[in-house]
Amino acid sequence: MPADPSPTPVLRLAGITKRFGSLLANDDISLDLDRGEVLALLGENGAGKSTLVSILFGHYVADAGTIEVDGRPLAPGQPRAALAAGIGMVHQHFTLADNLSVLDNVMLGTESLWRPLSRREAARRRLLDLGARFGLAVDPQARVGRLSVGERQRVEILKALYRGARVLILDEPTAVLTPQESEALFATLRQMVSAGLAIIFISHKLDEVLRVSHRIAVLRAGRLVAVLPAAGADKPLLAEAMVGRSVEMPRRDPVPPRAGTPACELRDATVRAAGRQGRPLLDGVTMQVQPGEIVAVAGVSGNGQAVLAELLFGQRALDAGSLHVAGRALPPRPRAFVDAGVARVPEDRHAVGVVGDLSLWENVVLERYRRPAYARFNLMRRGAAMADAQALVERFDVRGTEASGVHTLARHLSGGNMQKLILGRVLMAPGAPDRVATAPPATPAAAPPLIVANQPTWGLDIGAVAYVHQQLLDAAAAGSGVVLISEDLEEVFALADRIAVMHQGRLSHARPARSWTLAGIGLAMAGGGHGSAAETVALAT
Amino acid sequence: MTELLDLLAAAPFWISVLRVATPLILGTLGVLLCERAGVLNLGIEGIMVAGAFAGWLAVYAGASLWGGVAVAALTGALIGLLHGMLTVSLALSQHVAGLGITLLATSLASYAYRVSFPKVDTPPTIEPFAPMAWLPLPVLNAQTPLTLLALLAVPLVGWLLYRTPLGLALRTVGESPAAAEGQGLSVTGLRIGAVMAGSALMGVAGCFLTLAAFNAFFFNMVNGRGWVCVALVVFASWRPGQALLGALLFAFFDALQLRLQQAGSGVLGIELPYQFYLMLPYAMAIVALVVMARRASTPQALMKPYRKGER
Amino acid sequence: MRLERRSTPSRAAILLAPVAAVAGTLLVASLLVAWAGAPVGRAYALLLDGGFGSRFAITETLTRATPLILTGLAAAVAFRARLFNIGAEGQLYLGALAAVAAGGLHGGSGFGAPAWLLFPAMMAAAALAGALLLLGPALMKSRYGVDEVVTTLLLNFIVLLFVGAMLDGPMKDPTAMGWPQSVALQEALHLGKLIERSRVHTGLVGALAAALLLWALLKFTTHGFEIRAVGANARAAAFAGMPVGWVTVKVALLSGALAGLAGAVEVAGRAGYVTLDMSPGYGYSGIVIAMLAALHPLGVVAAAVFVAGILVGADSMSRAVGVPTYIADVIVATALIAMLGAGLFTQYRVRWARAR
Repeated sequence: MPADPSPTPVLRLAGITKRFGSLLANDDISLDLDRGEVLALLGENGAGKSTLVSILFGHYVADAGTIEVDGRPLAPGQPRAALAAGIGMVHQHFTLADNLSVLDNVMLGTESLWRPLSRREAARRRLLDLGARFGLAVDPQARVGRLSVGERQRVEILKALYRGARVLILDEPTAVLTPQESEALFATLRQMVSAGLAIIFISHKLDEVLRVSHRIAVLRAGRLVAVLPAAGADKPLLAEAMVGRSVEMPRRDPVPPRAGTPACELRDATVRAAGRQGRPLLDGVTMQVQPGEIVAVAGVSGNGQAVLAELLFGQRALDAGSLHVAGRALPPRPRAFVDAGVARVPEDRHAVGVVGDLSLWENVVLERYRRPAYARFNLMRRGAAMADAQALVERFDVRGTEASGVHTLARHLSGGNMQKLILGRVLMAPGAPDRVATAPPATPAAAPPLIVANQPTWGLDIGAVAYVHQQLLDAAAAGSGVVLISEDLEEVFALADRIAVMHQGRLSHARPARSWTLAGIGLAMAGGGHGSAAETVALAT
Repeated sequence: MTELLDLLAAAPFWISVLRVATPLILGTLGVLLCERAGVLNLGIEGIMVAGAFAGWLAVYAGASLWGGVAVAALTGALIGLLHGMLTVSLALSQHVAGLGITLLATSLASYAYRVSFPKVDTPPTIEPFAPMAWLPLPVLNAQTPLTLLALLAVPLVGWLLYRTPLGLALRTVGESPAAAEGQGLSVTGLRIGAVMAGSALMGVAGCFLTLAAFNAFFFNMVNGRGWVCVALVVFASWRPGQALLGALLFAFFDALQLRLQQAGSGVLGIELPYQFYLMLPYAMAIVALVVMARRASTPQALMKPYRKGER
Repeated sequence: MRLERRSTPSRAAILLAPVAAVAGTLLVASLLVAWAGAPVGRAYALLLDGGFGSRFAITETLTRATPLILTGLAAAVAFRARLFNIGAEGQLYLGALAAVAAGGLHGGSGFGAPAWLLFPAMMAAAALAGALLLLGPALMKSRYGVDEVVTTLLLNFIVLLFVGAMLDGPMKDPTAMGWPQSVALQEALHLGKLIERSRVHTGLVGALAAALLLWALLKFTTHGFEIRAVGANARAAAFAGMPVGWVTVKVALLSGALAGLAGAVEVAGRAGYVTLDMSPGYGYSGIVIAMLAALHPLGVVAAAVFVAGILVGADSMSRAVGVPTYIADVIVATALIAMLGAGLFTQYRVRWARAR
């Protein structure tokens, strides 16, 4: 329950509107926040939650509307003003300088720039006090780049508390935490609330929102569609408010693995850190994926998933152990993996998946431009490439190409459409494996032997997520082996036949999905046991 | 071999080293400030020329020597402002903007010189800085006050970067602009400020040539020293103390090659064309760059433009 | 002031940008001309006339443009792949030296070998020299992450000193009465005149052909595709399986070769021998030209002619009204900066922050 309701809300937003070009990100949003309250901001990706809090913090200027803190108007567009008014923000992507120490990051901007000497010792003591008070232990001298994700989040929170925040905004804070770390965070939140802070908690996870918040504000397509007390709300109600319609999320009925050569087999795979110091990045990883099966690798980011992905993408060499794709050992070069038919979906679609300044059709043939279908005597067959690209756009429903068709620059595509482009180009044309898929849904001839997808639905709205999931399920049904690396446990439980958990470079045994409990998987993500008898908590309905 | 050792032991050699090092120290510190804040300033060659000319012209027109230095610093800062606006506010390519500015500053300075002194056979001169004979220290008492300034600038810049809130802000802006913005600082303001301050130092480095080392303005005075400073910053791992070391090392080789030329073939035992000796310092700079590039911890946000609000 | 990205590039801005850039440049130049005490209008007229106003002017401009096209192409292809080749000046000189060395073997007689054999050998030697010179910095960049801007720049100084040493020593022309210049090429190896009674030589045709070939390479071939992809986003290109290191090497060889050829073409088309001042900064001008042309090979031709015209025109204007020739460099540099700034406004809108 909110503590002692005061007459003036600590924060009042009125009529906030923000446009980005033709996109209406926030549409006349009005909201109050009371002292000692936890308000959850719920909505799917693209609903406008991050935009709203960015406006609150001063990263953006609203096109219309006002913000009042304790009854006083807040100057827009200046983080400095927001900070001075007592608003602190823990961003989804941490705003920390990796090469500097924890103390440096916390002290930054808290002293006048004209001071001739920084008062570091006093600051250090104050930081340690705060840490003790709120149970957020950090080492002030540690270099931020060396900290774990959970520790970095603690630094972000301490930054805000150090500046005397009275309103704390947390943007998707549990996206990067294990279930247990999330519990610890909630405990911290409760402590902060009893100390008088008000909290805005952004999430798209219904369970957490129901547990942690006093009130829930639901955003959909930029509009505030509901504000209701958490007590008395339930998931179906919230889901419907979030989405506005019932979206059928694809679900996997687990199938037993098919016999035959594994699509992908890792045996004792080890990758050591540069300079061979300390713990290996991948430590004796063993995993097997049969054709037609979906094996998910769950875990908190930073435990070796990136290295595993690089290995499976052909970007890394093994220091020990072996990797076989469809029975063959491949040289650690991306080209070799592409030629072997491995369908690769990278984590960062903007920076790694597409070349933003090239056109759509050029991105479609980015991996296969040397095949006879698209080049002859080193001259590109532009006509064929453009035609196949057009077919891909139609078949995979890539939107955003109205103006320039296949000549649209890749960077003008939205995240979801970019992902469709990336997915489309790695599925093959039936009967012509060197051409991109141009025909109806995946058939056995068009299914690549192995699909490796790393966080494939990160940052996508629910429609795009459903689309991507369906593509993966179809491909598996057609015979592809799928390795799904994902930090999103909902996604993992929705799609996987078997689940393995990654922790500090080690991979657990990949057990059938049904045999994992939420508590068990959380434990494995944090490094303990492999799921013992704990209450079975079904994750999704 | 003994001839070589004699050469190195003589005081005039070290006097020469310090003199050659002065513009390098100032220039390298200038580039260091810019790059620590995340901006590559390839305008240095042009800024040094402009500083050399402006400072000299001010003194020729009647200003005091230190007034000339101030004018050179101001000139540098103004050109730095232009560079900052192009690369920080407009986020243009730092390479291209820098090269464009070098070309602009150099040609403008040359143009201005020609317009001011249309028909001269011998270049007009001024009375330069006198050596600080009043200092009790050897080698240093043969240097001009600008050298002392350069040497003092090293610990000053170090203090600024590591002991003051401003320095922390500057370093953060070069490592993670988002972190700076998240703490309410202005990335644009800090970066442009750093570029202006660094460019002011570069301007002073230039005027050392016309107000201390020589007493007139020549075309091709700077002769690539600006580029050497850019290399030296990498060698220095973006640290002021190491920058001093690098500048001294380069000056050592530069002074050495001059002596070797003068001493003739006797010293090394073989006859080498004089151009070879002149090449040595530049070659050393390249080697230093390669050696250090593998290990240096580059400021993370160097050369990445930051657009506020673009996420 | 804030910049906001436009969702689609503004049509009006695309057309206005070059106009605004030119206007800005003219303004700056006018101020400078006025400062020199010369009548502004007349100075401009003389500039245009001197660059394009007569048969003589045009042929002079074209002659100057020939090496500029080649160095411009060298910069354009390198910059496309984000390989910032600032060493075209050195590559040009080394190419010139190599050409004379190959063509002027054995004291100028070339061992009696026929011209049709020596000429291609000359050109090949020049291209090879330039290519190898850039290969070093390119490899240092891809292997060790060394910034190629500084290495190529410093190499320029080293190369010039080397050429000086050669001209003073082994390659000195004994009949040149003390001037440091190289042994001359025989008549048969000179490039023929393209236009009679002018200095325009067939090198111009070669340069134009090179521009056309480079354009075709970038647009239609797999090599061009790789170059463009690597230049736009090397990480994504590497992920897709492109051999980024190898592409960088190819680009370096190509860019260096073009700059080396510029040197050979200058030697064979103009003086017939190498001197230390044969290039008034063609290598550096090439970079500016490439930027003005937005790295487009065909645009490079236009930009080269423009810059050449300004340089030639400024020479004649300076003689007539006493404006220092440095104005040419000022105009080119200002044009570059103005073009960059103007081009930006096609993609971004300016928003002035309002204090409330």
